[in-house]
Amino acid sequence: MNSGIDVQEIFVRSLVDLGLPPGAAKAIWMPLPMLLMIIGATVGVLVTVWLERKISAAAQQRIGPEYIGPLGVLAPVADGLKLIFKEDVVPARSDPFLFTLGPVIVVIPVFLSYMIVPFGQNLVVTNVGMGVFLWIALSSVAPIGLLMSGYASNNKYSLLGGLRAAAQSISYEIPLALSVLAIAMMSNSLSTVDIVNQQSGYGVLGWNVWRQPVGFIIFWIAALAECERIPFDLPEAEEELVAGYQTEYSGMKFALFYLGAYVNLVLSALLVAVLYLGGWEFPIPLDIVANWLGVSEANPIFQIVTASLGITMTLLKAYFLVFLAILMRWTVPRVRIDQLLDLGWKFLLPISLVNLLLTAGLKLAFPAAFGG
Amino acid sequence: MFVLSGYEYLLGFLLVCSLVPLLALTASKLVRPSRRGPERRTTYESGMEPIGGAWIQFNIRYYMFALIFVIFDVETVFLYPWAVAFNQLGLLAFIEALIFVAILIVGLVYAWRKGALEWS
Repeated sequence: MNSGIDVQEIFVRSLVDLGLPPGAAKAIWMPLPMLLMIIGATVGVLVTVWLERKISAAAQQRIGPEYIGPLGVLAPVADGLKLIFKEDVVPARSDPFLFTLGPVIVVIPVFLSYMIVPFGQNLVVTNVGMGVFLWIALSSVAPIGLLMSGYASNNKYSLLGGLRAAAQSISYEIPLALSVLAIAMMSNSLSTVDIVNQQSGYGVLGWNVWRQPVGFIIFWIAALAECERIPFDLPEAEEELVAGYQTEYSGMKFALFYLGAYVNLVLSALLVAVLYLGGWEFPIPLDIVANWLGVSEANPIFQIVTASLGITMTLLKAYFLVFLAILMRWTVPRVRIDQLLDLGWKFLLPISLVNLLLTAGLKLAFPAAFGG
Repeated sequence: MFVLSGYEYLLGFLLVCSLVPLLALTASKLVRPSRRGPERRTTYESGMEPIGGAWIQFNIRYYMFALIFVIFDVETVFLYPWAVAFNQLGLLAFIEALIFVAILIVGLVYAWRKGALEWS
């Protein structure tokens, strides 16, 4: 087992060598990966917004953003700056406190969920035993914020949008949790690092997508619905509800909703990559590569190269899924609310239950192939 | 493996994450213009004068789904420890979970037949 590079260990040890007590060294280390992760998540959103605009333009044979920076890469930054300078309009008949609290409650849990996304054996904010379960718990906090802002606006469109958002996210949360359950069963653990390690050793053939093809599809559909992406963007269906729960929002509060939606999309893509597509693993097993190159796996340069390649692999897989989600936006029409609820309750829920029991049965019959 | 360590990071990360909306809203408050006027603060209703408020009593059709959600969400939470420890439990635990899920499926079929899952 390749233990990989441990930046925390190196950092803490070098500070202890400088004469600091180990506790203080650890306290200095603690905020660094968190800030890095938040900055990374924000940059990831900017990249995704740019990609969305460019790919949408390509799908419609337009050029898309072009003038702000090379190929228009700075257009999302300009959008963000514009929103900071926008006036904050709070409707007179609204509940101002809940109106402000809504977007805040939406945005905090999605950022907090980045805590469990691993980019390498030790390249994770913290490898807690709860892992994906923590993410499922956090993802069910956001609908409270949506409902809150829908209610606080005192606007009919907002209220209906907020109710739809809550109904949609509770309908798709159960299939999502059940497909994660099948993965947890195969890995005998909820920790995201353990889940990736369980998929290692056989390269592309060891990834969970081959052992959980149904779970993969359920998870992806449910994740799209949780992110309110087309074809499941009913809470803000423009033709029916103007902008749903966002109708009364402007300026930075609107920006927080926007940020939350895109952070959630990238997060879901990263989690699909971690749970089903082998996370930071290469398509070719690492020890074969090391043998072929004639270097030891303990070689520090080899470890640095594999760690950075691992981060690249995770991001490549995640952005491939983001690309799929964006293309789907221009391919699939929006579903109706009854179709949405039918799909969740009458199709995905029974199938994910069967998938779970099937996984359990197969694990009993072939313990070696399903994680022992 | 369940290890109770690393959760101090959860608290730390929660504080760091709370800074994101706080900083964003404070930064915006410092630079944005603020104009006052009764008209700009009216509720949007497609350009019409708003008729009544939204804080009224009406039939929320999703409440049935919310009830079923509670049942299945609690079920999923019960199944998590079973799934993680499944490799040590063996056949008996599988049959027990089968019975547990079967009871819930009967419940789902009942709700389905009763029309609780219909949008009508």
